[in-house]
Amino acid sequence: MLSVRGLSAGYGAARVLFDVDLEVGAGEVVALLGRNGMGKTTTVRAITGLLPPTAGEIVFGTTRLDGSPPHKAAQAGIGLVPEGRQIFPTLTVEENLVATAASRFGPPRWTKERVYDLFPRLRERRRQMGSQLSGGEQQMLAIGRALMTNPKLMILDEATEGLAPLIRREIWSCIATLKAEGESILVIDKSLDALIRVADRHVVLEKGHVVWTGTTAELVADRAQVEKRLHV
Amino acid sequence: MSLTLFAVQTLNGLQFGLMLFLVAAGLTLVFGVMDFINLAHGVQYMLGAYLTAVLAKVTGGFFTALLLAMPLTLLLGLVLERLVFRPLYARGHLDQVLATFGVILIVNEAVKLAFGAAPISVPVPEILSGSVRLMDGLLFPVYRLAIIGAGLGTALLLWLVIDGTRFGMLVRAGATNAPMVSALGVDVRRLFTAVTAFGAMLAGFAGAMVTPILSVEPGMGDGVLILAFVVIVVGGVGSIRGAFIAALIVGLVDTLGRSFATDLLKLVMSASTANHVGPALSSMAIYLLMAGVLAFRPAGLFPSRSAG
Repeated sequence: MLSVRGLSAGYGAARVLFDVDLEVGAGEVVALLGRNGMGKTTTVRAITGLLPPTAGEIVFGTTRLDGSPPHKAAQAGIGLVPEGRQIFPTLTVEENLVATAASRFGPPRWTKERVYDLFPRLRERRRQMGSQLSGGEQQMLAIGRALMTNPKLMILDEATEGLAPLIRREIWSCIATLKAEGESILVIDKSLDALIRVADRHVVLEKGHVVWTGTTAELVADRAQVEKRLHV
Repeated sequence: MSLTLFAVQTLNGLQFGLMLFLVAAGLTLVFGVMDFINLAHGVQYMLGAYLTAVLAKVTGGFFTALLLAMPLTLLLGLVLERLVFRPLYARGHLDQVLATFGVILIVNEAVKLAFGAAPISVPVPEILSGSVRLMDGLLFPVYRLAIIGAGLGTALLLWLVIDGTRFGMLVRAGATNAPMVSALGVDVRRLFTAVTAFGAMLAGFAGAMVTPILSVEPGMGDGVLILAFVVIVVGGVGSIRGAFIAALIVGLVDTLGRSFATDLLKLVMSASTANHVGPALSSMAIYLLMAGVLAFRPAGLFPSRSAG
């Protein structure tokens, strides 16, 4: 479904990604791992068109995405839950969900009501401004907002970062629910235990290079090796 | 300082403020959504005035001219966006300022060549001529009341669109985080084109409405542009509500300041000093206001970006 080959990208003269390969199949959950500053978010920004890649190709389904503006990636079916949540502060919760909602591939699987069923707290706060939400609620809203574009692939960038343990658990159970529904997901996170439970395959980035890749079974077997690359 | 004069000048300030709001509304959205500094926005105001003045001469009716001028100012906004603004989005503010300043010079000269440097006057439409007695000894021109009504009506309409429609949601979302709107599948360039064109039409509408009370001349948009920038800085870039409140404040402070600063100063200083200081101070009043607002609320009264 998503195929990234030989991706290079950077900011100005600073090159961040070197020849990154990444595949996400239909219905698959792939984890992107690595320490801070190793290029995970840059990879996401390149895939979603927020940062034009300097080399390589990004194909989603049958659409070439490298060099396209961000809305092309979204229209092709990528739903982004960005780092830092980035919900719209001057819109209400409901407006955040509705403003960019779309159903480009047949009847919508995700509606406002279904998102509210997934996150009942958002229903309670539907009329509040985005800026009035707690961090966990903002994260739920960011996930709901991406689901409302009825994507084929969800990209979750650090969706549990900085949240209380209880909220983290809620977000992980939501990701498990999405997986059970057959959603394809690219997930970036630092919690290896949680990723082992939910992801099918794992890709580890170090200084912009892919240094390890394998299935969850391979990760469990090779855990010590991989953990060395994730902790300072 | 009589109460009547105060009431008249308050109404004049309100009318001035509402016209400023129409110009500032487009400017604040364009600046807020795309981070684009459009100095040529004052030109749209002038073009609205010229189109109305010329069409009024040709067709003989002010309202016909107004109706024809609106789609034309919308079209001119689209043309400017395509030809001049679009290549500049990715550039820095300095390039944008230089290029759009160039547009001001070119259009001002073009207008001079086409219609001459002499001011054109437009008669007040028959149906809105004359004055009404608002209270004892207070006569106020009907046309100025009509401008106040039109300004309030447009503000209400704009509020309904920005607050109640999906287009409005996207504009508000774009003002806080345009890349994110784009990453969720909305072509922000197209959104921006629409915002620019409507902003141009609003400025053109303001220009058209003032033709019967001001002289239509080259460069008439330049002063308005500067005031509109004061408005959007005071109100908070990207915020329509901020622009509305700030436009009324600026309109009232400027108009009342010019009328009453000298009289007020006479209470605390000698008459001759007050006669010198008053006019100087009143022309500075809105800039002092802006400096004061920036000192305490650097993002303006209603910041759209920093919330959250």
